[in-house]
Amino acid sequence: MNTPAPIRAQSCANAPVLKERGQREVFCGLTGIIWLHRKMQDAFFLVVGSRTCAHLLQSAAGVMIFAEPRFGTAILEETDLAGMADANEELDREVARLLARRPDIKQLFLVGSCPSEVIKLDLARAAERLTVQHAPHVRVLNYSGSGIETTFTQGEDACLAAMVPVLRNSTARELVLVGALPDVVEDQAISLLRAMGIGPIRVLPSARAENAPEIGEHTVFACFQPFLGETTAALERRGAQRIRAPFPFGEEGTTLWLRAIADEFGVDDATFARVTDAPRARARKAIENASTALHGKSVFFMPDSQLEIPLARFLTRECGMEAIEIGAPYIHRDLVGPDLDMIPEGPQISEGQDVDLQLDRVRAARPDLTVCGLGLANPLEAEGLSTKWAIELVFTPVHFYEQAGDLAGLFSRPLRRRAILEQGAAR
Amino acid sequence: MKLTVWTYEGPPHVGAMRVATAMRGLHYVLHAPQGDTYADLLFTMIERRDHRPPVSYTTFEGRDLGADTAGIFRDTCRAAYDRFLPQAMIVGASCTAELIQDDPGGLAETMGLPIPVIPLELPSYQRKENFGTDETFFQIVKALAKPMPRSAEVSVNLLGPLALGFRHRDDIEEIKHLLAQMGIAVNVVAPFGATPEDIARLGAAHANILMYPEHAEAAARHLERVCGQPYTKTVPIGVGATHDFVNELAQICGIEPKIDTARLRQPWWSKSVDSTYLTGKRVFLFGDATHVQAAARIARDEMGFEVVGLGCYNREFARPIRALAKEFGLEALISDDYLAVEQAIEEAAPEMILGTQMERHIGKRLGIPCAVISAPVHVQDFPARYSPQMGWEGANVIFDTWIHPLVMGLEEHLLTMFREDFEFHDDAGASHHGGKAVAPSAPAPEVQERGLETGSDVMVWLACAEKELKKIPFFVRGKAKRNTEKFAAERGVTEISVDTLYEAKAHYAR
Ligand code: SF4
Ligand code: SF4
Repeated sequence: MNTPAPIRAQSCANAPVLKERGQREVFCGLTGIIWLHRKMQDAFFLVVGSRTCAHLLQSAAGVMIFAEPRFGTAILEETDLAGMADANEELDREVARLLARRPDIKQLFLVGSCPSEVIKLDLARAAERLTVQHAPHVRVLNYSGSGIETTFTQGEDACLAAMVPVLRNSTARELVLVGALPDVVEDQAISLLRAMGIGPIRVLPSARAENAPEIGEHTVFACFQPFLGETTAALERRGAQRIRAPFPFGEEGTTLWLRAIADEFGVDDATFARVTDAPRARARKAIENASTALHGKSVFFMPDSQLEIPLARFLTRECGMEAIEIGAPYIHRDLVGPDLDMIPEGPQISEGQDVDLQLDRVRAARPDLTVCGLGLANPLEAEGLSTKWAIELVFTPVHFYEQAGDLAGLFSRPLRRRAILEQGAAR
Repeated sequence: MKLTVWTYEGPPHVGAMRVATAMRGLHYVLHAPQGDTYADLLFTMIERRDHRPPVSYTTFEGRDLGADTAGIFRDTCRAAYDRFLPQAMIVGASCTAELIQDDPGGLAETMGLPIPVIPLELPSYQRKENFGTDETFFQIVKALAKPMPRSAEVSVNLLGPLALGFRHRDDIEEIKHLLAQMGIAVNVVAPFGATPEDIARLGAAHANILMYPEHAEAAARHLERVCGQPYTKTVPIGVGATHDFVNELAQICGIEPKIDTARLRQPWWSKSVDSTYLTGKRVFLFGDATHVQAAARIARDEMGFEVVGLGCYNREFARPIRALAKEFGLEALISDDYLAVEQAIEEAAPEMILGTQMERHIGKRLGIPCAVISAPVHVQDFPARYSPQMGWEGANVIFDTWIHPLVMGLEEHLLTMFREDFEFHDDAGASHHGGKAVAPSAPAPEVQERGLETGSDVMVWLACAEKELKKIPFFVRGKAKRNTEKFAAERGVTEISVDTLYEAKAHYAR
């Protein structure tokens, strides 16, 4: 196995981190509902919040992509703010009405928002009360997706972490894969691992409540995503063991991620090679094709999804890019350490944000590509800077071998497009 | 507490953002948590704006709550002033900040900034986006516009166009054309493109053109009171309304109305024989009050449609919309619950919906064509081409837009003649919508045991009648079904036969 040995002194492992606290330009954790509700097919996400929260969900989803969504917002009104008792009664009534209309719902998430937290509406208590009321048909859980507690992908983390305590106990040695990925990617991961003889394999979250994984001291788990810190802690509290690895982006990340699991399950090198050689070669070829436009180009990550560090690792090591700044809303060292170790030293690592100061740095550096949120993309393009919307990275299948080329393509398309239009204009 | 899935309007501070983003030299400091910054993308993505909205958010966090959120607000104000050097500032709270009661207005006032700082009180738990636009613009005007000498030549202000408006950009141009023909000068357009200094000059105009009552009625009333400027009440959308508008404006300004309709094609397009098929098309109207009001008149008087339902989502305008509905012999639907709108549309079974992006989706679900006439908007509602709704060109644009979703004149006959034809079959939809054409579906089992659902428990469609109904082309089938059921119900008929169907057809023939 040719695992690249990280050379710590020359990597970003110990690089100083620029910590900023100013205006942030990021989504709150409610946004995760957009992909979580597609993944969990018998779950409903009920945000207890304001018109702003409803408007965020609608705007982040693009106006009404889903005809019959399994999410909604219980909008607090003046009367709810007057007295606590009322708000709880109203919530019970709305939930009863909702569940009566949607008998397909088996899990209900009460999702806390800034307003519900500021008025200290106790959704944990509400969830307990409602679980009793609607047992055994529906389980009611709660988590916070509020902007005062969570940033963008932390919403998924909070949701999965809330599920962990109610997972059934298990004494079996099982592998649990953690994170809500598109089915096509999840299936690829599972079939690769199965082909190495690893099993049983379960996934959190499962598509349906009845298939939820069981957890115990013999459970080992691996995260698909770098933002699952709370979930990791919750699983560890249940005695499960985490497998540490870089995240499965690109050929290298995928191989190292699979290798770490294979090692845990005692898979020999020959088996590992037999299963991975062909898709590895395909991934390399696809990346090579898709990344020509990226070679020698510079990239600047604005903080957004917490995928920034693993993606910077992919772009710098597999696509020949140079990172100028890698900004993350929050750096969970324990999780992204292996990725950080592999990024050659040079880029500024930053945590948190002061958007105006950071934009000053973007303008000074004039990177070839800036990875940023939707609110910033067109304004930067208008200044002549190419951008990649970060949100696409959580909405599209980008993990594992077969998507490695697509992942490189997501970054190269803006550069290719600019080149085409510039050529066209010059003709 | 009210369960909401899709909303027509955002919170009121988004309305304030629409005003601020439309203006230049104005900055908005918004006390809000980080997630509320999503609103920037409405402007940069939907409207493709090339600048960030001029908004600084305090993005306070949970851990700040017990500590000094007021301090964060002050710091943000100071930093925003230093960086952007605006001519004026508006300050306010989003829904979350409203709860922590830091009083942004009071805080900003004590900071001694050398520019006007205008506090906004936008009750997030009671009001919505359109209240936010109207109130914000009113507060800005109230703070900055003062009575002043009138301009020497006759001039007017254009009030109401703002960011994320439905075709506001092009409506401004169209109004300017109309004014140029009459020899009336434009003093200020606001909020769109105006600076706070421009707002201070509003008083120089002889009158105001209230383009969008939703966004500028409070400001227009204020200016009438304080600066003595009358304002126009007619919104010039449609041929008739544009004529009325020109006459009203001429009267206000004390000049002769001048009209040049050289570019107006809509009336002839509507008279020409190909448009005969539009006669009596049953349409359902829903949107903001201003656009629905205009659309109702166009639909009935200029297109020859039959309006079978109408309503608006902005409750502030419930009165005029109820009155309008009465004039059309209808009950107005005043609701911001899209499920209620969907139900009303389903019951009215129109042949076309004139609505918002929300109704476009409802139409998709119900298989009813839809043209968009009003905000809330989508990226498609910001076309690259010139595409106004107001004035003569607006009338042309509306004609084209409304007939686009429909099956065209001759095609309608072909569909009737060759209804089993492979190309003109039911599921194909209109031929100019390539994407929609699909292969004819396998013939469904013709006879349902309990007959067709009628929405009533007493009425039943006999199998033969149902089969006959299916032979009627899809774009009139809804009408035929409805008329037949109405006809049957009025006569106490509980079983609909082929005869009932054709008796009803004869009864309603026109
Ligand atoms: S930041 Fe808070 S108030 Fe704003 S949308 Fe998110 S949860 Fe709702
Ligand atoms: S193509 Fe025509 S019918 Fe279809 S959605 Fe657009 S406007 Fe409506």
